[in-house]
Amino acid sequence: MNMLTVSGSPHIHGDESTKKVMYGVVYAMIPAMLVSVYYFGLNALRVLLLATAAALFFEWLIQKYLIKGPVTITDGSALVTGILLAFNVPSNLPSWMVIVGALVAIGMAKMSFGGLGKNIFNPALVARVFLLISFPVQMTSWPKPHAIINGLTDAVTGPTPLGIVKEGLDAGKTMSELTPELPNYLQELIGQMGGSMGEVSAIALILGGLYMIFRKIITWHIPVSMLLTVVVFSGILWGVDPEHYADPVFHLLTGGMLLGAIFMATDMVTSPMTRGGQLLFGFGVGLLTILIRIWGAYPEGVSFAILLMNAVVPLINRGFKPRRFGVKPGVEIKTS
Amino acid sequence: MTGRQKTFTLGGIHPEENKLSANAPIEVLPLPKQAIIPMGQNLGAPSKPIVNRGDLVKVGQLIAEAGGFISANIHSPVSGKVLKIDNVPDASGYKRPGIVINVEGDEWEESIDRSVEIKEEIELDGKEIIERVKEKGLVGMGGATFPTFVKLMPPPGKVADYLLINGVECEPYLTSDHRLMLEKGKEILIGTKILMKALKVKKAVIGIENNKPDAINHINELAKGYEGIEVQPLKVQYPQGGEKQLIKAALNREVPSGKLPIEVGCVVQNVGTAYAVYEAVQKNKPLIERVVTVTGKAVRKPSNFMVRVGTPVQELIDAAEGLPESTGKIVNGGPMMGKALTSLEVPVVKGSSGILLMQESESRRKPESPCIRCSKCTYVCPMGLEPFLLAKAAKVGRFDIAEKELVMDCIECGSCQYTCPASIPLLDYLRLGKSMVGAIIRNRKK
Repeated sequence: MNMLTVSGSPHIHGDESTKKVMYGVVYAMIPAMLVSVYYFGLNALRVLLLATAAALFFEWLIQKYLIKGPVTITDGSALVTGILLAFNVPSNLPSWMVIVGALVAIGMAKMSFGGLGKNIFNPALVARVFLLISFPVQMTSWPKPHAIINGLTDAVTGPTPLGIVKEGLDAGKTMSELTPELPNYLQELIGQMGGSMGEVSAIALILGGLYMIFRKIITWHIPVSMLLTVVVFSGILWGVDPEHYADPVFHLLTGGMLLGAIFMATDMVTSPMTRGGQLLFGFGVGLLTILIRIWGAYPEGVSFAILLMNAVVPLINRGFKPRRFGVKPGVEIKTS
Repeated sequence: MTGRQKTFTLGGIHPEENKLSANAPIEVLPLPKQAIIPMGQNLGAPSKPIVNRGDLVKVGQLIAEAGGFISANIHSPVSGKVLKIDNVPDASGYKRPGIVINVEGDEWEESIDRSVEIKEEIELDGKEIIERVKEKGLVGMGGATFPTFVKLMPPPGKVADYLLINGVECEPYLTSDHRLMLEKGKEILIGTKILMKALKVKKAVIGIENNKPDAINHINELAKGYEGIEVQPLKVQYPQGGEKQLIKAALNREVPSGKLPIEVGCVVQNVGTAYAVYEAVQKNKPLIERVVTVTGKAVRKPSNFMVRVGTPVQELIDAAEGLPESTGKIVNGGPMMGKALTSLEVPVVKGSSGILLMQESESRRKPESPCIRCSKCTYVCPMGLEPFLLAKAAKVGRFDIAEKELVMDCIECGSCQYTCPASIPLLDYLRLGKSMVGAIIRNRKK
């Protein structure tokens, strides 16, 4: 007879795995990937392939030759980081900058903390902010979307809607003067506007988000509390003075708002562990985003807002505990 | 059923049910050639042998006495000659004291009523019932094996108003309680009545999950003849068979952290225990046999056997047409909370509900990978704990944190580990945390 295995219970395991979770996120990003290639052409494909290949390569290099431990690049996590990095940059970013971004994401933001699950900050966002601060010109020259694949060169670049609003308001214009320069809601919804590769199409991002909720990879808590905060906060300002503040729908549909809410703020590793904590986290991201968009130096604030909230996640985890069975809420737990 | 289906509200999982033996009627297993009777069959102190080598014993004769207040008598499940009193293999993997009896014939104690008639009339009064239940060595048959009489004597100041009979059987594969409800329904209801009398409660609820509609209908039909007994169908969700989860599901009462069900006026007994109570009180029969499911995906004949305590597992497997070639692990109990056996010589004990033969391909754990902080363990924990945090605390020796974060509330249901995408052996670490914190608390009290 065979040797019998002896181990502690439970003796069965559900069919979830890290790999399934990570590839689930990859599948959820397919609509946004397709849209980015559709609008930005082969250049988008170049950035996507480069970012993912570089992310995988750096993870392999560091695991094999620096840490000299097991190589786990097939688990899908570096792939997710690579795609998210590509989503967060303009499609005409020079190749070497994409590679530097991947090195920062994997090397600095992920592996230096101990690898998968140990990082405090979202790796793709660290890389994005690193690139934005280091190469502000290249990171903010946005190719205009073309509906057809149009070769490797994008001749026409322009500002993002958020950039138009920021500059216009700063120059003393009113919202009604700026409106003709802005895309309409329908264009914003399908992604007919300047921006980072993955952030332009609200519909593609929402599709991906619904898929992840259906697959139980994420829950609604972070996106909903973040977006609700944005709507309420920007709505109040707009209600008070619609000439000097953009409306809430504009805030929702432009910039990295949906990409951030659905794919970046929901990153399991860098978001809180309990529902209550997740609601607070989403609220914080939404609040900071609007604060930065309206009163900050940058037109867009989602990346900074998420990274700032990432930093307080350990604190949130201390304060927010699940509802304990048999413990009345608010009652101090006594240890005997 | 009207409205929302009842179940517990915090956490929970839905593993594949795999109730392969649900349609296999209970078969009486032939007597073993040798009965191996471990002395540690109950929660609490092990029993003390009162027979000697060479003694002749009858079925039902007292062979070991309770070794303390929380302990139980053991009666001989077979007739024959005591071969030795020595260390014997048990489900824990250790060899511990036990009595080995060479089986000769099947001669029963005369005081045991072996007739098949069902006896309805309950002649004993409450006190006598408790005395009888204690004398006949009854323990919880759901697996925890807590001596039954102790639960029937609430501590001073505590009063029970509800008796809950646990027919949930939420463990995948196991069907022994299911079959018992179908085949011994009347006895279970009389047993319930007896328990109600001993506890002086007017109301009893029998909780059964919706995946056993035949049992729900059958018991419901029978219960009409018994005042105060009600059947509560429950939405399938693991671990609904846990005492605290069942009370929450059926009565929406929440047992406070660190306390027993009696705190909210409840006493929970398994259907198997209710049947044993019937036999002990009405038929004067000690706890010497029980229903054991033998099952597994490769098992040729998934079965439910009525087995004498002390029968080696090997004989049960033979009766289910043998050990499949592909077997890689043998579990005593269900796949979520059962113990993997180290040998087939291990005997059936009072708490054995099933023998699960797992195939080689499903026997090994998946390799562990780093925690991705997905928090799924927290979402499924029926006690509202944070398994990832408790496991980490135990791993690095921070038992102070483990205690503060309520590791002692863990019921070891295994839902966290079942769910973990990184296949981290969370429950291993939680058990470590529980045993260390338990020791720390005991030392503090000294």
